[in-house]
Amino acid sequence: MSFVEYGDTIKDGDTAIVFLGHESMFPVKVQHGSKTQTKYGVIRHSTDLIGKRYGSKVTCSKGGWVFILHPTPELWTMNLPHRTQILYSTDISLITMMLELKPGSIVCESGTGSGSLSHAIIRTVAPTGHLYTVEFHQQRAEKAKEEFQEHKVEHLVTVKNQDVCKNGFGVSNVADAVFLDIPSPWEAIGHAKSALKIEGGRICSFSPCIEQVQRTCLAMEEHGFTEMNTLEILLRVYNVRTISLQIPDLGKAQGTAQFKSGVPLKEMVGHTGYLTFATKSLF
Amino acid sequence: MEESVKPGLRIREGDCVVLKRDEVFKAVLVLRRRKVIFEKQWFYLDNAIGRVYGTTFEVSSGGNLQPKEKMEETTTETKEAGTDNRNIVDDGKSQKLTHDDIKALKDKGIKGQEIVQQLIENSTTFRGKTEFAQDKYIKKKKKKYEAVITIVKPSTRILSTMYYAREPGKINHLRYDTLAQMLTLGNIRAGNKMIVMETCAGLVLGAIMERMGGYGSVIQMYPGGGPVRAATSCFGFPESFFNTLYEFPLSKVDSLVSGTFSSETLPSEPEYNVPVEEESNGSLDEKQTLTQETEEESSTEAVMESNETEEQETMDLVAEDTEYKETKEKGNKENIREKQRKQQERRRKLVETAALLEQKNADGLIVASRFHPTPLLLSLLEFVAPSRPFVVYCQYKEPLLECYTKLREKGGVINLKLSETWLRNYQVLPDRSHPKLTMSGGGGYLLSGITVTAEKVQSNASSLEAQKIEEPTSKKRKLQELHC
Repeated sequence: MSFVEYGDTIKDGDTAIVFLGHESMFPVKVQHGSKTQTKYGVIRHSTDLIGKRYGSKVTCSKGGWVFILHPTPELWTMNLPHRTQILYSTDISLITMMLELKPGSIVCESGTGSGSLSHAIIRTVAPTGHLYTVEFHQQRAEKAKEEFQEHKVEHLVTVKNQDVCKNGFGVSNVADAVFLDIPSPWEAIGHAKSALKIEGGRICSFSPCIEQVQRTCLAMEEHGFTEMNTLEILLRVYNVRTISLQIPDLGKAQGTAQFKSGVPLKEMVGHTGYLTFATKSLF
Repeated sequence: MEESVKPGLRIREGDCVVLKRDEVFKAVLVLRRRKVIFEKQWFYLDNAIGRVYGTTFEVSSGGNLQPKEKMEETTTETKEAGTDNRNIVDDGKSQKLTHDDIKALKDKGIKGQEIVQQLIENSTTFRGKTEFAQDKYIKKKKKKYEAVITIVKPSTRILSTMYYAREPGKINHLRYDTLAQMLTLGNIRAGNKMIVMETCAGLVLGAIMERMGGYGSVIQMYPGGGPVRAATSCFGFPESFFNTLYEFPLSKVDSLVSGTFSSETLPSEPEYNVPVEEESNGSLDEKQTLTQETEEESSTEAVMESNETEEQETMDLVAEDTEYKETKEKGNKENIREKQRKQQERRRKLVETAALLEQKNADGLIVASRFHPTPLLLSLLEFVAPSRPFVVYCQYKEPLLECYTKLREKGGVINLKLSETWLRNYQVLPDRSHPKLTMSGGGGYLLSGITVTAEKVQSNASSLEAQKIEEPTSKKRKLQELHC
């Protein structure tokens, strides 16, 4: 397996996703001799995982079952260990498209955080692109490096432990796209501009607060970015239910009426952050 | 600085480019001496050839494009301004220049910037407006009189935004952020073997191909005579991308699944890359037909939806013109031989594609069409390997409710999720930041999931899972039933 390529069977050293049921899953590092505890019993890696096809059902020692899934950046985002607040697939999807990422793209990102977006970017720019990711927190930078190695994508990413606002991304005029998710993005706009290719590229800044967005937009304008656009995207999930409503007794008819409905969840995410996109062009 | 730009970033003759003016986009083919209409202006694209993508132009009086130099913004000197609008009366008489005066200025060839300046000087109320109101006024006038057109390189971002704004009916009202979700949820990337079924003019196909970068393969399932790829040709992919693009008729899917497939009967003559007569989208006012280029341009969405010349309006493609001339010129005998050869080739490709499908190891399935999604999913999922994502788009929620139910019954899928995204645009200006006034009402719905090894019998497992999800509500239902 690989985070950038599908494999058919589970191998020693793989990161697999154990699926227990609705919204219940966790990642597991597949290793000969290892055992993983689940609420349905034990999974013995050597006999239950290695050599089995991804997507197979595995029965655990207590009799319950789970599915073993091939990892994808989206499954990773839902299951990764949080070191910081992360970006979820809804925002990641929009960022990927609006930054025009594709195989071969060179991307600069800061901060790396927990690596949620990083994994998604790496998947999109593979096999010929590259991600330069900057994280000012030493342990987080190291953990990210470790994970990229474990996930066999280290050849597609370079992690730098520095402050992007002071020292930039460490590269000049190579990026097709820059992404900023830091407390003071306006301080990094100049560095972002120099990291981007001379002929131009796209930039995105993610900020939870509107004040940050205002400062960032001003900075972008001052540095000559064009096509500025701020938006937010929210996900609305529906549960599919068969609903039975009672027919009121008005004297005649009685009984129940049944219908299928897409029922919204009781709560939904109301805000993650504002996404500001802009273009650097020669003109 | 411009000279050092790589050739791939320069506009070439034959390229499909996108014209941009503020938030309005239009895709056109760059052909010499070919008049193009965009935002009420007529011009030739000849002067764009050789220029770098992203160049901004002005339309000169001769209908030619003139590159515009980046203007120095008028420095913000402390201008005279008022504090609020309590004394500003809108009697329609505050602008002293008449319609004819302005026309005269335009005819004299006065630059837009100068016209805006004239309008400001001849407005009696300008000085009394607040700074913000003055800003807004200037922006509005600039938008009207300083018509600049930027030529940009097509991409999923640009084309999906363009189609959603201009011809949403052609793409089943798939909003661009919904498309973005599909590409990510479907884990579309280089090296995949994708199955795609779309009736979005080839936009979804193009987006998928862009994310795959020419690596891997795509099998496009199509209804009727052939796939529509009008939007796909807009992306400007290199020829090599199309070497791993296959197509397969939906009408043969049943036979493939049941094992009775034969290549003997091909569907009626397909016409690839030519704007085909598209079947109605299901809504009553959208019957599109092949027509010649027309002079008219309609800018409002309502008019566009019912406009029969849609295909030509957005595309300005001349593919069908040249193909028509070509077939006329060839002699009859050569014609027949050519047709036979083409048919052989098509048959060969069909068998090859069938073999690819029969391997049942596709890395994902994307469906975005005007058809009811349930039958499509139930049959096409047969060709997808286990532990792979699939995403279905539908303009309406209800068919996806049914799809969800049928998939649960069938088994072999997990992590089913029905969702939609809300998108909101913001105006960000100092002391004037707020969401924009209008918002898209709906961008369609998505049903996504992951395949797993199929279960032959409706086992404990799937009903167990169903129970896990439905626990909270089933308690409520029990109470209701008691009352009956």
